[in-house]
Amino acid sequence: MEHKIRVLVAKPGLDGHDRGAKVLARAFMEAGMEVIYTGIRRTPEQIAEVARQEDVDVVALSCLSGAHNTLFPKVVDLLREKGMGDVLVVGGGVIPDEDVPFLKAHGIEEVFGPGTPLATSVDYIRTHVSREA
Amino acid sequence: MDVRSGVLAGDTRSIARAISWVENDDPRAAELIRGIYPSTGRAYIVGLTGSPGVGKSTLVSRMAALMATGKRKVGVLAVDPTSPFSGGAILGDRVRMFDVALSPNVYIRSMGTRGSLGGISRATRMASRVLDAAGFDWILVETVGAGQSEVDVHDVAYTTVVVMAPGMGDEIQAMKAGIMEIGDVFVVNKADRDGADRTAAQVASIVQLSDEREWHPPVLKVSAELNQGIERVIDAIEQHKSYLEQSGKLAEAKASMARRDVLEILRARLSEDLRHELDQPALQEKLDEVANRQSDPYTLVDTVFEQYWRKT
Repeated sequence: MEHKIRVLVAKPGLDGHDRGAKVLARAFMEAGMEVIYTGIRRTPEQIAEVARQEDVDVVALSCLSGAHNTLFPKVVDLLREKGMGDVLVVGGGVIPDEDVPFLKAHGIEEVFGPGTPLATSVDYIRTHVSREA
Repeated sequence: MDVRSGVLAGDTRSIARAISWVENDDPRAAELIRGIYPSTGRAYIVGLTGSPGVGKSTLVSRMAALMATGKRKVGVLAVDPTSPFSGGAILGDRVRMFDVALSPNVYIRSMGTRGSLGGISRATRMASRVLDAAGFDWILVETVGAGQSEVDVHDVAYTTVVVMAPGMGDEIQAMKAGIMEIGDVFVVNKADRDGADRTAAQVASIVQLSDEREWHPPVLKVSAELNQGIERVIDAIEQHKSYLEQSGKLAEAKASMARRDVLEILRARLSEDLRHELDQPALQEKLDEVANRQSDPYTLVDTVFEQYWRKT
């Protein structure tokens, strides 16, 4: 059997808006990936620990609260601490353009803003999962 | 640290990677299982099954929290359905398991069924061997939302807990073959809701019908949401475990589980080899003959087997 891409779709912080995350989870499933969905209001610690237990290839973070500059890099740092620096971390939500360079400098490899076609996110993941199985 | 040593040392990352290998039929899985199998056979495996929405994940999460007291470690394998169309899956059992997600003595792994129809995945069996070798005392296997015939969990667990909820079907539903026959413990969850007494009474009356059995499955009313009655479920599992130990049935169950480990690998390898045989270019003509009704499937199968045995 081929290696199935496993994606953790996670919502860090105090943000109850998960429609977008659910739509993406569905799109990843339809693209043949296994999606672990954890629900809303998770801490970066919880997200990194779930990523470790579930052996995911990708962590897809969604944040609509404005706290992305704090929360996203924190998840990346914790993953690296746990020896999971090879996991692809991407982010989405309402993220101002001027924050994108900061996030990319802190290990968020791509940022998908509102209006991104689902296929763009799916293709990005397919072509950028580099983790050694 | 290599994955095998990591698993034996209980390292989370190694355990997670080992289960991925098993799930992906990775060539490294066989060598890994060879290396850890002698350290298995110690964990007590409990299966939990029941219809979608009866509260299995919430119950598992509550049970894991209670079972992981002291130095005891609990591993959870939570199975959700894989899409037969895309091969993808949404594994959402963790949404209801966050109470225990950060407990150092609890490990949770979500698994897709990946084509299996019996309520668990093919890899669930070997994934539980990985957890066993890693020193987990308890392994909880949660099936997909199961209807009446998804009874495979019975083959991978020593104690099977069937979870129900009020208002999920009448007495006749409960009498049907399959899932009602595999329960060692019956749990009527959502007992804070109307109809729980009636459901429990109906289940009890069905379970009592087969009273030639030595073990009489208890029917317990609990509320996983309100965290009520969970310790009684664990007590009932412990009692069933003692019953199996004292009657010698646990030893039997372990032996037959080892036999099924062998059978499962045998079946997988043989079917893979035979499919490979059928894919040989020389047989494409024969396949066309079957399609054109100049031959038939049985004749071709005989040919495939003959070729296969000649080679081996």
